[in-house]
Amino acid sequence: MKTLLFSLALTLSTPLWAGEATPVGEDPVIEQRMVNLAEDLRCLVCQNESLAGSHAELAEDLRKEIRAQMKAGKNDKEVIDYLTTRYGDFVLYRPPFKPVTYLLWLGPLLFLSLGGTIWYMTLKKRRALKETPTDEKQLAAAAQLLDEK
Amino acid sequence: MKRWIPLIVFAVLVGFFAKGLFLNPREVPSPFIGKPAPAFKLPVVGVADKSFSPDDMKGKVWLLNVWAPWCVSCRQEHGVLMALSQSQKVPIVGLNWKDKEREAEQLLAEHGSPYFAVPDDRSGKTGIDYGVTGTPETYVIDQTGIIRMKHVGPISPDVWKEKFEPKLKELGA
Repeated sequence: MKTLLFSLALTLSTPLWAGEATPVGEDPVIEQRMVNLAEDLRCLVCQNESLAGSHAELAEDLRKEIRAQMKAGKNDKEVIDYLTTRYGDFVLYRPPFKPVTYLLWLGPLLFLSLGGTIWYMTLKKRRALKETPTDEKQLAAAAQLLDEK
Repeated sequence: MKRWIPLIVFAVLVGFFAKGLFLNPREVPSPFIGKPAPAFKLPVVGVADKSFSPDDMKGKVWLLNVWAPWCVSCRQEHGVLMALSQSQKVPIVGLNWKDKEREAEQLLAEHGSPYFAVPDDRSGKTGIDYGVTGTPETYVIDQTGIIRMKHVGPISPDVWKEKFEPKLKELGA
């Protein structure tokens, strides 16, 4: 019983220590908004890290800038525009859907349909093979071979 | 013919991967090419009461070289920039980016300055306005103040010959 209670306590306590410790700014609401936004943005220095998680100095500067702009009342879109005019779509982990990214977004669908087509055609060919009427002569020859053994 | 298809697909994939392997991930397409250079007005390192603004360079093709005293690869290109400034082909403006330790003036006095002017971007905000991700980065700006090219990383003699010289020729500098 004691063990059960203990493990129950452990399970319940999970949310207390799970998750990254986010540095608390002056305004927790703005901080949360900044982190939410920065999680979908790329750090320009360590390119595989998000702007929220990077320790690079530039990332710190940009977080500061985002905070300041949010405090000044800018909405998320305006902040993103600020970053994309300077760093291009490269900062976005979710690239926008536009002519240069058509292949990126539709590529998987394209390959899926290509694979599907090949699969369908192979199946169709196999079925056609199965349905070929068997030659009587060949059948007799096969039976004879089987009988011999 | 048919049995070659997988091999062909494989070869095409290898081709793409090989190309990707040799691309420079720092070479991010700049959204500024063909757009006006962002305006700024900053104090100039080493000259009291003087400030620099890109408008000062109107009518000239010039280079904006973003560097910092703490940047190691900037020292690598220092020699190339010195040779360039001696040839007087094109003025180089050295944006001193995030020099918190205030070392630029002394460093340039010691090793020589290739720069026409050294605007002091202490906060790093001007650099951010130009989409700088790390020093050194160099912009080619034309007579009307439009950014024509951006190079990320140190300028080597080869890079100068292959990238900058044709561009400058095209711009008539």
